[in-house]
Amino acid sequence: MSDPGILNVAGVGADALDGPRGPKPRRRFSRRNIFIYGTLIVVALYYLLPLWVMVVTSLKGMPEIRLGNIFAPPVEITFQPWVKAWAEACTGLNCDGLSRGFWNSVRITVPSVILSILIASVNGYALANWRFKGADVFFTILIFGAFIPYQVMLYPIVIILREIGLYGSLTGLVLVHSVFGMPILTLLFRNYFTSLPEELFKAARVDGAGFWQIYFQIMLPMSLPIFVVAMILQVTGIWNDFLFGVVYTKPDLYPMTVQLNNIVNSVQGVKEYNVNMAATLLTGLVPLVIYFISGKLFVRGIAAGAVKG
Amino acid sequence: MAAARPLGLFRNINAKIAAIPMVLTALVVFTGGTIWTVVYSFTNSKLLPREKFVGFQQYERLWGTERWNVAIENLLIYGACMVVFSLVIGFVLAALLDQKIRFENTFRTILLYPFALSFIVTGLVWQWLLNPDFGIQSVIRALGWESFDFDPLYNADIVIYGVLIAGLWQGTGLVMCLMLAGLRGIDQEIWKAARVDGIPMWKTYIFIVIPMIRPVFITTLVIIASGIVRLYDLIVAQTGGGPGIASDVPAKYVYDYMFQGQNLGQGFAASTMMLLAVLVVIIPWAYLEFGGKKRV
Amino acid sequence: MEHSIEIKHLDLSFGAVKVLQDLNLDVKQGEFLVLLGSSGCGKSTLLNCIAGLLDVTDGQIWIGGENVTWEEPSKRGIGMVFQSYALYPQMTVRGNLSFGLKNAGVSKAEIAERVNRAAQVLQIEPLLDRKPSALSGGQRQRVAIGRALVRDVDVFLFDEPLSNLDAKLRADLRVEIKQLHATLGNTMIYVTHDQIEAMTLADRIAIMKGGAVMQLDAPNAIYNRPANKYVAEFIGSPTMNFFEGEVQGGNFLSGELAIPLEGYAWQGGAVDGAAWLGIRPEHIASGEVAAHKPFQAEATVELVEPLGSDTLLRCDVAGRHVWVRIDGQTEIAPGAPLSLGFSPERAHLFEKTNETRL
Repeated sequence: MSDPGILNVAGVGADALDGPRGPKPRRRFSRRNIFIYGTLIVVALYYLLPLWVMVVTSLKGMPEIRLGNIFAPPVEITFQPWVKAWAEACTGLNCDGLSRGFWNSVRITVPSVILSILIASVNGYALANWRFKGADVFFTILIFGAFIPYQVMLYPIVIILREIGLYGSLTGLVLVHSVFGMPILTLLFRNYFTSLPEELFKAARVDGAGFWQIYFQIMLPMSLPIFVVAMILQVTGIWNDFLFGVVYTKPDLYPMTVQLNNIVNSVQGVKEYNVNMAATLLTGLVPLVIYFISGKLFVRGIAAGAVKG
Repeated sequence: MAAARPLGLFRNINAKIAAIPMVLTALVVFTGGTIWTVVYSFTNSKLLPREKFVGFQQYERLWGTERWNVAIENLLIYGACMVVFSLVIGFVLAALLDQKIRFENTFRTILLYPFALSFIVTGLVWQWLLNPDFGIQSVIRALGWESFDFDPLYNADIVIYGVLIAGLWQGTGLVMCLMLAGLRGIDQEIWKAARVDGIPMWKTYIFIVIPMIRPVFITTLVIIASGIVRLYDLIVAQTGGGPGIASDVPAKYVYDYMFQGQNLGQGFAASTMMLLAVLVVIIPWAYLEFGGKKRV
Repeated sequence: MEHSIEIKHLDLSFGAVKVLQDLNLDVKQGEFLVLLGSSGCGKSTLLNCIAGLLDVTDGQIWIGGENVTWEEPSKRGIGMVFQSYALYPQMTVRGNLSFGLKNAGVSKAEIAERVNRAAQVLQIEPLLDRKPSALSGGQRQRVAIGRALVRDVDVFLFDEPLSNLDAKLRADLRVEIKQLHATLGNTMIYVTHDQIEAMTLADRIAIMKGGAVMQLDAPNAIYNRPANKYVAEFIGSPTMNFFEGEVQGGNFLSGELAIPLEGYAWQGGAVDGAAWLGIRPEHIASGEVAAHKPFQAEATVELVEPLGSDTLLRCDVAGRHVWVRIDGQTEIAPGAPLSLGFSPERAHLFEKTNETRL
């Protein structure tokens, strides 16, 4: 539509034209612009506020927090709370900080992401290009499953994991993440592979390529973006998980989110808000970094996942 | 194509092998697990599941428990407010971002970043911000408004609204993003036609654009709703269900009875009620989305 | 005659990209003007500027004797029809036709009357209570025209209105639009990339390229006296044949071909120098008729494309491809020898470098 803010630079040399000419004059600070940008700036500040408070609180000493204003920048910057949160904070009897949870989360997230994407991509490819009888029924159940509250399936999974001897282990939690990542990822891959030209697949079959050959040599090289989207979706999703972590692992193996909650909400000892905020920031850092780096792909991931889901 | 040709177990054998995880998940975990829980909700399982059926006893007890009723009431308040506010705010923000503004990407990035965070992180930040001794209340009092009262996390009557603030902060960005995608899908010529017709912008939004992106609204609604029913982590981190049981929600009730209260039967009954609530949302939606297509 | 639309020194740039440059155009009252060009030539952009949907960078737009450069689209006295129809999908046809009027505060009786009149003219009365989704493409476009019609305006703007329709419907609606113009007598500006639509509908055609008007003239003049090589190539199907060569003392020399230019209507006067000579496939005579033409050549048929009514031949003339249009009933096979010939008054000469007509 209109392009605000560009002022008319009258052309020189054109013969005289009376009356209005060129772009309609608009004030840079029209009421419309003030309203739009004003609202957006206020909302953006509101959204940034918690991040700001987290950062400044984590850099203050406890005396300054007790006396000062949580929005004020630190008078004296200290990194002690970060060190303490990472290496010394206590959960129960353990006092080795969030680092334990961080590495647990890494050990959970990496294999879960690989396994779930592997399963879902092959499955999505099979659903898109090699449709067999009954496939749609299972797929429909799978998609509906995505809406069933996890609480309904929590205990049966405990039983299954106990039966196969994986209850309380990281492997068990990896399996759980792969299972619950399946609906959204399968949908994502199925839709993507369906959107690729079918002729490509037909041509490969005419050339005699089989199921795996087509997958590895034709589909995979064409699907890098969707794999990245799936990865972003899964890394943030699994990293941020709390419920499965607390249900299916033991305290030693708790992921970062569970440990963070235990540190901050522990009732023992003096509350160290700066350490708490440093720990909170540390936990949020991984998804935040992924988010700010991936930008549009992240948006694409949630749009693809959410709109169609 | 392939499905129409003669069948056999070994046709498409590779595709079937590839689908084994999906079949197992769909049948064993999703279907089997759900049925198992529903069936065992009619037993008096305590520490371990057992097959002594007691009819609707667990459900009677459930609805007779004050804590469950508080949880349901909280979920209804939180859910209703969440749906209304996140849809309205999300749409307005999307409409503002759709005005060909500068720094659109910056604004969008800022509005969406909370969505990348864990509910635990969100809950803890807002617990800190709403801390009456150090947070917003104390800052405003320090500015001279001594009688300013804003401590939702310590006031049983309004604690759920404290949670709502955090929930909206985290979730509105997603709604905004979905709405923006919907708005971007509108044919630009519709806007031109409306301008030639002399229809003011707000009228174009209300009478033309919103009806056009109704499917986006419905999908967004389903996503928000299924998120609301799952509300758990946020409560655990922000209030721990307190003060007392004032901010309890069904998901937390289920977890506590299953894994801490050693009363599996109650947990099963409560989770079955959650399933029922979801079905009430999902079935009409699925009918509209997939069943209705044949008639249009 | 009174000017309906005047465009004066119009410039439009998006950032550093200049889309329209110092464009001037006068459209007379009741005229049907077609803006023709390939995609990206600025024709739709120009139409959007006239409608007020785009802010111009410099210059003025006058409609009906008023300077509307700063006016809102709805206040310019125009109606517009879009390629994608742009009907409001949730409203009935009646709703679509009346929404703008309702909004402008037109009385109910008046709205009803105007809608009925438009529906009658466009023969969409039985469709008034249907939704756009229940209409065919042709019906939708008729409703879209109706939406412009009810506005009771002097100027209609069409932005590639037939591009989304299949060939048969396009031909039908083309006739209807022409009929509508004859009935209403409104000024119409019509954007298209289809030369047949342009030739059949227009009183005048403006051929655009790179944001500038290459030639503005009646269809016949554009066909018979293209102002430059671009226009000559753009109009006509199959395209005009071109020979590269030199004008020298009343002859056009191209390799071993020497084409006498006696009878050619020079733009200024005869000039020597490097040039292009163009001749349309339908202006090349073949067989016995060719013997009477001032220029003759022997050719070999390479390719035969029968179209039913005509047959197109690609011939080899001294190592060059030349397309010839002959009668559809002639039997001829590839490899056959053929005499060709044409008259210089049918040919077109263009200067070699700036490609303007000589």
